[in-house]
Amino acid sequence: MTHPAIAANGLRKSYGDKAVLDGIDLAVPAGTVFALLGPNGAGKTTVVKILSTLISPGADSGEIRVGGHDLATDPQAIRATIGVTGQFSAVDGLITGEENMLLMADLHHLSKREGRRVAAELLERFDLVDAAKKPASTYSGGMKRRLDIAMTLVGSPRIIFLDEPTTGLDPRSRHTMWGIIRNLVSDGVTVFLTTQYLEEADELADRIAVLNNGKIAAEGSAEELKRLIPGGHIRLRFTDPDAYRSAAGALREVTRDDEALALRIPSDGSQRELRSILDQLESSAIEADELTVHTPDLDDVFFALTGNDDQPKETVR
Amino acid sequence: MSSLSLAVRDANTMLRRNLLHARRYPSLTLNLLLTPIMMLLLFVYIFGDVMSAGIGGADRSDYIAYIVPGILLMTIGSTVIGAAVSVSTDMTEGIIARFRTMAIHRGSVIIGHVVGSVLQVLASLVLVGAVAVAIGFRSTDATALEWLAAFGLLALFALAFTWIAVGMGLASPNAEAAGNMAMPLILLPLISSAFIPVETMPGWFRPIAEYQPFTPAIETLRGLLLGSEIGHNGWLAVAWCLALTALGYLWSKSLFDREPAAH
Repeated sequence: MTHPAIAANGLRKSYGDKAVLDGIDLAVPAGTVFALLGPNGAGKTTVVKILSTLISPGADSGEIRVGGHDLATDPQAIRATIGVTGQFSAVDGLITGEENMLLMADLHHLSKREGRRVAAELLERFDLVDAAKKPASTYSGGMKRRLDIAMTLVGSPRIIFLDEPTTGLDPRSRHTMWGIIRNLVSDGVTVFLTTQYLEEADELADRIAVLNNGKIAAEGSAEELKRLIPGGHIRLRFTDPDAYRSAAGALREVTRDDEALALRIPSDGSQRELRSILDQLESSAIEADELTVHTPDLDDVFFALTGNDDQPKETVR
Repeated sequence: MSSLSLAVRDANTMLRRNLLHARRYPSLTLNLLLTPIMMLLLFVYIFGDVMSAGIGGADRSDYIAYIVPGILLMTIGSTVIGAAVSVSTDMTEGIIARFRTMAIHRGSVIIGHVVGSVLQVLASLVLVGAVAVAIGFRSTDATALEWLAAFGLLALFALAFTWIAVGMGLASPNAEAAGNMAMPLILLPLISSAFIPVETMPGWFRPIAEYQPFTPAIETLRGLLLGSEIGHNGWLAVAWCLALTALGYLWSKSLFDREPAAH
């Protein structure tokens, strides 16, 4: 494929006066994992719902293409290409896991035999064989989510949307889910996932976009995003206020935290820099009670990009 | 595959899903059946003597003949409440979002509900009809054609009220609200000619009782099975059915095509 799996220009959506999405550009190359990262209410689910044809984009949006098909003119072709696992479990709780799978097979117009084969294979792959004959309403959260994804895979979609696939799962189920998502990618599928967990985006995604207040605040690989933020530093903590004050006076380029009696010295965390700082402390006869090295992580990026304005901003038009 | 055969195939899949629900959880349908059967037994065995005297009948068996057509139509009004509840349950679950993002015929999920509901109504009618026959209901010399027309009327009435119930299910925020909203469908027969003749009602109320959808259908059914006068009730019943089907269909369609909420 030469065109990106997902491409959106100036994606907008508003409800009444409130702009939920305020001009978003996205380009997701085929066969990659793209994570849309953002706090609750940032508009992540709205993006997924629009790209998966569930709701229409705002009238003033630019062109949106999914799997090469135009969202405005050919939504049915997009539906044939994608698989969607929403935030809320999309399984039929009244029937068994196996019946849910066969329902999907029928809706994808597979033959009876083919449908049974695909259903059995996916139930096996997602460790649901023992529960296959039980009503889906009796499944645990993790099992429901696995069934949900298994149902999404029945039609062999080339592009998969996962809206907060691990929200509400326990750590073990979350790691299982991560393994599932990695396997999808190794099959060449394009994955578009939303998450509010930085760790998850870092673990899974080739590219990450940080969505805040309906706008993309930053986009890039996890490494690129971390480089955006000068979050790396060495932290010196003191218990004696006098030692703290004299150290603060002796060192250049420090940020003081008077309440915690702690100093922050910017650093990239390399051995060379650490040594030069230790030498400097030595020569100034400063002895901190605790020294810790902080490398910037996505949390720093996230808070730096989204932390400044907690309140949804007024949109003036 | 042509779009028509695709639609038929998807609707058929959805129908099988609904019938599977009904088979797996028959309690909803059976509960709804209870009301018409209880009414039948109550009015025949407890109130029967007074009621048959009231319609100028000789004994209780006259009243059985009088009440059964109304009870059959009440069965329809009652059973379709199940359609309202199950449509609304579907709409509040995540599965509807899945259906909407699949390359399937868009309306198939609703068509599945409608056909499933009509089939359930017909099964309910057979059950209630069997109870009626068991307690002594007999038609008076109805011809094969009249029986056929009676079945046709019941099926048409079932279709009309199913569409209205589906609209109610789509308009309701949850299953409980849907059940409440559809409740009048089971109460409407009480203010029709199902239990007592319209002529015995207060004058100001008579036009309401006479022209609401149940009365013409009940009178038509009586005419077909018991040989009483049908008169203008025949075309009135068919007109009601067609109008309610069209109304319910258009209402349901506009509600279903409405954009789902953001969250």
